[in-house]
Amino acid sequence: MIPAAFDYQKANSSEEAIALIVEHGDEAKFLAGGHSLIPMMKLRLAVPSVLVDIAGVEDLSYINDCGDHVAIGALTKHRLLETSDLLLAECPLLAHVASKVGDPQVRHRGTLGGSLAHSDPASDLPAAVLALGGSLIAEGPGGQREIAVADFFTGYFESSLAEDEMLTEVRVPKAPGASWSYQKFNRRAQDWAIVGVAAVEVGGATQVSLVNMGSTPLRAEAVESALAGGASATEAAEAAAEGTDAPTDLNASPEYRDHLARVLTKRALEASGVS
Amino acid sequence: MEISVAVNGTGRVSEVEPRTLLVYYLRDELGLTGTNVGCDTSSCGACTVHVNGESVKSCTMLAVQADGQEVTTIEGLAPSSDELHPMQESFQNNHGLQCGYCTPGMVMAACSLLEENPAPTEQEVREGLEGNLCRCTGYHNIVKAVLACSGQDMS
Repeated sequence: MIPAAFDYQKANSSEEAIALIVEHGDEAKFLAGGHSLIPMMKLRLAVPSVLVDIAGVEDLSYINDCGDHVAIGALTKHRLLETSDLLLAECPLLAHVASKVGDPQVRHRGTLGGSLAHSDPASDLPAAVLALGGSLIAEGPGGQREIAVADFFTGYFESSLAEDEMLTEVRVPKAPGASWSYQKFNRRAQDWAIVGVAAVEVGGATQVSLVNMGSTPLRAEAVESALAGGASATEAAEAAAEGTDAPTDLNASPEYRDHLARVLTKRALEASGVS
Repeated sequence: MEISVAVNGTGRVSEVEPRTLLVYYLRDELGLTGTNVGCDTSSCGACTVHVNGESVKSCTMLAVQADGQEVTTIEGLAPSSDELHPMQESFQNNHGLQCGYCTPGMVMAACSLLEENPAPTEQEVREGLEGNLCRCTGYHNIVKAVLACSGQDMS
């Protein structure tokens, strides 16, 4: 399978990338690692007429300690996330979830910003960042703005990024020593999660998010409020499918996904030390 | 557009269509047919090559993305035409292949794995090769070959 023909432009800086996107409008797409976009282009599920390759924007690959949070450049590859000493110490959930994306070859190419901007509800990293409750920095022709991750995912493969905006940085709160767990249920290593559950303790509260249980990654609000009200892991996990809208596909029916969400949430909570 | 890629240590300058996948550039343009196309959906790993020393699936990368980069294919692994790379030798010694279709990709993925983790456990080898499928299901000897190449025996 070969993608449909497109025009290829290489950007060497974020300013150049944004200028190219402004010039070509909504027919253009940013290309980072390409491990979500290229498969979709091969299947003709995405047919952009221009690709703006931002992989060469070197100053967007970093993992920095910024006091109360860790700032990660949008073009930081999954492999760097999973092996980062800073993340392993200060935000181990994110390093661990990065190590569960696809397979080593995918992790050598895929980027955190690409995964978030792609906004696939079945992807691992969007749900991990959602559970952590960080924020995202978007850059456009008018400058920068900070978007709370809770406001970022707006629909199926849709985010609150404007057409002429580029995601440049991801900020996650530090959670050193916190209890956390990521439970991913899939059939083959490189498959998307049929359902996934991330749980992490941030500021004394347990935050839980769900993968592939709706049109966006979701916070399991019913579980979180049950826990805040003193429920046990078993009791709280019973509420995991509340307020979700699980999809149906060849792998699973919505009912089966609801069941998986409850089971995996219980496992994630228990593994995070919630009794 | 014109791209310039160092393939197996040799600089190559070629004119490619932007939509050309790296694997077809290597196979059709450069004649390096050791890299196989298996699933064509980034699942099977048969097309694994190294880009700047790291394993990637060349069916999921555009040739234009390799512009200015170093690419190593299975043809570029051995030190000379009458010698095998230690990983290739280990696959041979440990019977790490049956039909051989997945082998170039397996060997490339295995070399990348040992580059990152020179003494992996058996579990780490299995996880490190999770992006490569062997439909003869000969995984046991493949894992054995990778461990042997790292100087370890399979317990």
